[in-house]
Amino acid sequence: MHSIRSATGVLLVLLLVLVGSVPGTAQQPRAGGTLNYIVTAEPPSFDGHRETTFALLHPIKPHYNLLVKFDTRNFPKVVPDLAESWTVSKDGMTWTFKIRQGVKFHDGSTLTSRDIKATFDRLAFPPEGVISVRQAVYQGVKSIEAPDPQTVVFRLKWAVPSFLEKLASPFNWVYKAEILARDQRWYERNVMGTGPFKFVEYVRGSRWVGRKNEDYFERGKPYLDGYNALFVRSRSVMMAALRSGQALIEFRGVSPAERDELRGALGDRIQVQEAPWSCNLIISFNTKKKPFDDVRVRRALTLALDRWAGSRALSQIAFVGPVGGIMRPGSEFATPDADLVKLAGYGRDIQQARAEARRLLREAGVPENFTFVLHNRDVSMPYEHVGIFALDQWRQIGLTVQHVQAETAKYLADLRAGTYDAAVDFACDYVDDPDIQLAKFVSSDVSPVNYGGYIDRQLDLMYFQQSRTADKATRLQVVRRFEKRLLHDQVYAVYVLWWQRIIPHSRRLQGYKTTTNHYVEPDLAEYWLSE
Amino acid sequence: MNRYILSRFLLMIPTLLAVAVLIFLLVRVVPGDIVELRLVLGGSFVTPRVIEAERARLGLNKPLWNQFADWMLGMLRLDLGRSMWSGEPVAREIGLRLELSLQLAVMATLIATALAIPLGTLAAVHRGGWVDNVVQVFSVAGLAVPSFWLGILFILFLLTVFQYLPPLTFTSLWVDPKANLAQLIWPALAVGYRYSAVATRMTRSALLEVLREDYVRTAWAKGLAQQIILRRHALRNAMMPVVTVIGLEFAFLIGGLVVTEQVFNLNGIGKLIVDAISQRDYTLIQGLMLLVAAGYILMNFLVDLVYAWIDPRVSYQ
Repeated sequence: MHSIRSATGVLLVLLLVLVGSVPGTAQQPRAGGTLNYIVTAEPPSFDGHRETTFALLHPIKPHYNLLVKFDTRNFPKVVPDLAESWTVSKDGMTWTFKIRQGVKFHDGSTLTSRDIKATFDRLAFPPEGVISVRQAVYQGVKSIEAPDPQTVVFRLKWAVPSFLEKLASPFNWVYKAEILARDQRWYERNVMGTGPFKFVEYVRGSRWVGRKNEDYFERGKPYLDGYNALFVRSRSVMMAALRSGQALIEFRGVSPAERDELRGALGDRIQVQEAPWSCNLIISFNTKKKPFDDVRVRRALTLALDRWAGSRALSQIAFVGPVGGIMRPGSEFATPDADLVKLAGYGRDIQQARAEARRLLREAGVPENFTFVLHNRDVSMPYEHVGIFALDQWRQIGLTVQHVQAETAKYLADLRAGTYDAAVDFACDYVDDPDIQLAKFVSSDVSPVNYGGYIDRQLDLMYFQQSRTADKATRLQVVRRFEKRLLHDQVYAVYVLWWQRIIPHSRRLQGYKTTTNHYVEPDLAEYWLSE
Repeated sequence: MNRYILSRFLLMIPTLLAVAVLIFLLVRVVPGDIVELRLVLGGSFVTPRVIEAERARLGLNKPLWNQFADWMLGMLRLDLGRSMWSGEPVAREIGLRLELSLQLAVMATLIATALAIPLGTLAAVHRGGWVDNVVQVFSVAGLAVPSFWLGILFILFLLTVFQYLPPLTFTSLWVDPKANLAQLIWPALAVGYRYSAVATRMTRSALLEVLREDYVRTAWAKGLAQQIILRRHALRNAMMPVVTVIGLEFAFLIGGLVVTEQVFNLNGIGKLIVDAISQRDYTLIQGLMLLVAAGYILMNFLVDLVYAWIDPRVSYQ
């Protein structure tokens, strides 16, 4: 009897140890429920290949898969999606992807390599009348082949660096070849993918609804029964929706004040995740206009900015923070602080920098109290904050700056027409890759979004070199030279501060992890609700 | 009367045509480009070729007269064109929002009328007394408080006290009346209160004027009951300016509740107008402005007809 009791006791202890060793039951994915989340803008069309906005990705991406995708829990690691595996030739010129078997489109048809080929042909070589905004990214692709139903081969003109990351663009939704063959523009107004959620309805100005794809190829996923993407433009309504629980999350980000308000109202019912953001605010100078055509003036303007103090102060009130060069701080290509401080305007001694700035202005013949206009968007967060910061910094070297905030359409028209002195500009993308992040700064006759008006073939050449250098160390060196020329030698533009993502969400939402950009999210197949 | 109605209808055509020309030119004078907003604002790198191709697709590279002719030819076929932003037919974009905007305008008008006529009458009858003072305070407060601000107060109150927020998405009255009213009652109250303040003051002053008329004095002298004097003789005659105010306010409510719609996340015509303008969606702006203009013309016309119904002395022969 005693031995039976002892054995029972041992078993109980073992059971307790086993239960204790299992990750908390709250962490076990739970099936069911509908996720309501906010999207603060609406998609212009339904076609990922022709749009550039998160407003398309957040409601519609859950209907689609990619060939390969970023792992949002280990960003920026690229993992298989529709591709099961891949190999790359030694010279880096041929990429071969094996496609998963048994993947079904939402109409029940089977996905094959033909669909992948048709998708990437459309992205890299769009037929007449079709817009692929990412065509320039795939200029290194020579051909795409589908030798058998489960194999796709990309042949390149040169060993394209970060090719896998470029394929993993969250906009590269895989479409059905048969539909594209029939009508290349069908996807602008319709949805047909292989993704974890099927399309239910879209009410313009109101909501986008998806429901679980029961035939999804990843067994057991998605966990959610469905989702409602609620289109809410007003920040105050968004905050009220998060407070009331009508929505559990917004995947772009909130300001520090909004974060604090939610924390105050909801206490431990809300969880906040923060991460550096692959977006930044830049100040562009109109180099065709005096005195901004003089590099000494531009250098004086960058020298006057105390970025380090600005970071400490502005990060309290706006979603900006990290000080960095042309690549996001903390990313693979980021410039370490030790090198960064050698660039004009990044030094730690602001008094010395401002004295040098005043000297340069005098040398360039810029009079004391010289007045110019800083153009900006009429968007408060974080444009207005950064604009006010800049004009205060420039005031401290004896300049008078008028801050003119305009509606976005007028602001862009002014920049395009060159009717501005200096402007708060921005750059944002889904990955920290120099090809994608730096394209903006090549000469204005090459880049339509370079509003500085300068032609600099040395810069163009460096961009070209880095985009054809497969070796990471060598590429990094070229990127550093590009950065020195852009920010230090010529000062065509000034990086002010990088953004900081702040994502508050209900604790009911599980499985979500904030990444460094709002394009690769949401990854709805991975999320579940705790109750 | 029929001749009058027909002539007023025919007059609408040149008026709307003038509005069309004006709107067509005005939207193109304002700086901004829908293609840049759409393709460049995302921050991505797009080539000039792509931007030009998109402009050509939208017909923006055609001469202005050609664009206007295309629009007018479409109008002759009762086709307002397609939204340059969404690609959807303009009529569909408007139709989707019209139900909400119309319902909100009707609800706000009903609330305003239900408040304004009794309160204005009470204030006029008890002129100078405490009832008049209370009504005056109520209506002055209504004029002073913007409806969107009142809306924000409603939301904060509901959120703080009841942890409740009205539904964020619109459900048709015919599909789920409860959900529909749960969303629209709050903005209707906020807008209706301000609207009632204007109408209350108008009712009071119009009624005071009528109450001084000889025929009202005669009615008092005849010993008629106050209720009969008010209902049968005074109020009906005092209604002319009140009907004008209510009619014009109603027309305004169809597209003018821009901020209130933002506050309650209402998918209405006002929000659509703001979006269309900020996106430089020319075809949609043109369609919307025509709708607003037509709304005002139609309401004016209806108000004229109501005059004749209220006061048989009014004749349109």
